[in-house]
Amino acid sequence: MEITGAQALVKALEIEGVTTIFGYPGGAVVPLYDALSRSKIQHVLVRHEPGAIHAANGYARASGKVGVCVATSGPGATNLVTGIAAAYMDSVPVVVITGQVPTTMVGTDAFQEVDITGITMPITKHNFLVKNPADIPMVVKKAFYIASTGRPGPVLIDLPKDVAARTIDFKYPEKVEIRGYKPNLKGHPQKIAEAVKLIREAQRPVIIAGGGVIAANASQELYEFAVKAEIPVTNTLMGLTSFPQDSPLFLGMLGLHGTRYANLAVTECDVLIGLGVRFADRVTGELSGFAPKAKIIHIDVDPAEIGKNVRADVPIVGDVKNVLQEMLKQIEPQKHAEWLSQINTWKQEFPLKYEKDDFIKPQETIKLLGEKTTADTIIATDVGQHQMWTAQFYPFKKPRTFLTSGGLGCMGYGLPAAIGAAVAFRDKQVILITGDGSFQMNMGELATAREQNLSLKIILFVNKKLGMVKQLQEYYANKNYFGVDLGFVPDFVALAHAYGIPGRKITRPEEVDGALNEMLAHKGMYLLEVEISPEEKVLPMVLSGAPIGEAVDW
Amino acid sequence: MRHTLSVLVENNPGVLARVAGLFSRRGYNIDSLAVGRTENPDISRMTIVVEGDDRVLEQVVKQLRKLVDVIKVQDITSEQYVSRELLLLKVHADSNTRGEIMQIVEIFRARIVDIGPKTLTIEATGDEDKIEAIENALRPFGIKELVRTGKIALLRGSRTSNINGVKEEE
Repeated sequence: MEITGAQALVKALEIEGVTTIFGYPGGAVVPLYDALSRSKIQHVLVRHEPGAIHAANGYARASGKVGVCVATSGPGATNLVTGIAAAYMDSVPVVVITGQVPTTMVGTDAFQEVDITGITMPITKHNFLVKNPADIPMVVKKAFYIASTGRPGPVLIDLPKDVAARTIDFKYPEKVEIRGYKPNLKGHPQKIAEAVKLIREAQRPVIIAGGGVIAANASQELYEFAVKAEIPVTNTLMGLTSFPQDSPLFLGMLGLHGTRYANLAVTECDVLIGLGVRFADRVTGELSGFAPKAKIIHIDVDPAEIGKNVRADVPIVGDVKNVLQEMLKQIEPQKHAEWLSQINTWKQEFPLKYEKDDFIKPQETIKLLGEKTTADTIIATDVGQHQMWTAQFYPFKKPRTFLTSGGLGCMGYGLPAAIGAAVAFRDKQVILITGDGSFQMNMGELATAREQNLSLKIILFVNKKLGMVKQLQEYYANKNYFGVDLGFVPDFVALAHAYGIPGRKITRPEEVDGALNEMLAHKGMYLLEVEISPEEKVLPMVLSGAPIGEAVDW
Repeated sequence: MRHTLSVLVENNPGVLARVAGLFSRRGYNIDSLAVGRTENPDISRMTIVVEGDDRVLEQVVKQLRKLVDVIKVQDITSEQYVSRELLLLKVHADSNTRGEIMQIVEIFRARIVDIGPKTLTIEATGDEDKIEAIENALRPFGIKELVRTGKIALLRGSRTSNINGVKEEE
């Protein structure tokens, strides 16, 4: 049957199981939107293109499916760039579709032309410029395959307007074979045996579980392995939710703002097992002081991550789930009573804490929220102090319930990501925890959330500062605070009202409990503005150049 | 240390930009890069000479393998291989020096491919050392223009590094 390239693209998306697209139209995608209008695929119209890519990101991370977004050529495409980089850094499976000027005009600096495949080369797992409409089915097939397998990541398809308009005989390929792309999923048996032997002999083992555990859906295997081998588990920011936090084996997050006991455990351990982690600088601190006494077992599906930042004594390239299943079969139950008792001593000596004063404490607020929400509640954050407080104090219990921009640290991620998750799961409680800096970056998406009748809850911490940068200036610029005052902030509750969203502002500690109850009980969207002290800090903090074993604390 | 990589890539538009971009954004130094089609018109071979220690090279190879359009990466530095560069060189030549230049060309088994009133254009092939040597030998006469292709290489004997089998991973 002859159909247009645009229709072929939409049909291919349907075959791939796509039910939702986040997008913003424009001239170059008029044929595509025409085809989309005749599809069962739901189109969520965002208010600015960054919202589309972050929403697709949140959708993908919450659901485990591939997120899809669309923008037009030129500014539509370039507005996606930051979000594509965020998805790339956090290994999120997203397929990005951009319009392009007609092939006859490519390279002429035509109206709304940019070389988006050139621009996104370093921040996509792969990208395609489709020049022949007959290639569309195979390109879509490959895009979904590449985005969702191995180490997931964003894939961009650039579709010129004339290619979308020309007709083809549609036939969707059943199989996909890419000779330059063969992810190695099964770990090397000999390396796995070496790892098991090391773990068997370990006196003080620690597991660092990263985002790869969630991507591989390996949380169950991680739990079983940690319990069977009695190994304490710490999470990277991206790894949070991969391990139940009520387990006595849980050490909290490690790294720059990690718990002292997680960082001490890594510093003192004799065997370190990195699961789906890339040993980023925010995790390791000064490399020479990172796990100096440990043999390191590094398990990751991306061979390029192994040996990149940290030497690995036992490198295992493979899918974390497969490798853990194999290791589970081989390991006998272990006991590490002495080591766990040492860790418990550290937990008592250096707990996560905060100093009480007359202000509402954001840490306490987040902790209290965690007591009132179910394990299925999805938490999204922006980037900054509130993000770290959430990572430290919210008691995550289930995988895929924490959406945050880790690697890129992209402010403005939170609201659209929360929208993406709420669209994926209209029956689940989705809560955005944000700050007055980040929130203002993409707050126009409130309209999207309202239009979609989402029942998103927003906790907005307001200190009229760019608090995290202020904190950096305190330590690294001799308290020369510059450019970090939000001299004017809008009346956020009134702003919410303008969008038809009820809200409330609280300023005193005794209001927190009731306000959280009111927010959670409300059907529909709700914004809770929480005024906090401009002096509030995120601690502990490992200073630049220091090993993670040393940190500034209260 | 300098390494010679033999890289098979899909003959797709943009593949050179993907490879070159990878080197620049990760701070790897390319000494030379030569690219052309192979016996299979869908596949090109790049011969890349790159400077770096073992750790850098391991990352270069792994990052190259991550590119979807890269089919196979082989570090042939420690293998037995044949390598060649092509040099075209335009040197100043008058009636006094022409004879001497032609002798040098003879010694290096190079060829004169063009002649001008006051110049000779010389073509030479060989490994890097030979190309350096002929360039040095002709420099005193006054080199007016010079172009080199960069190294291309193939494994010696009946061994091949074509795409049979999957990409080698660790």
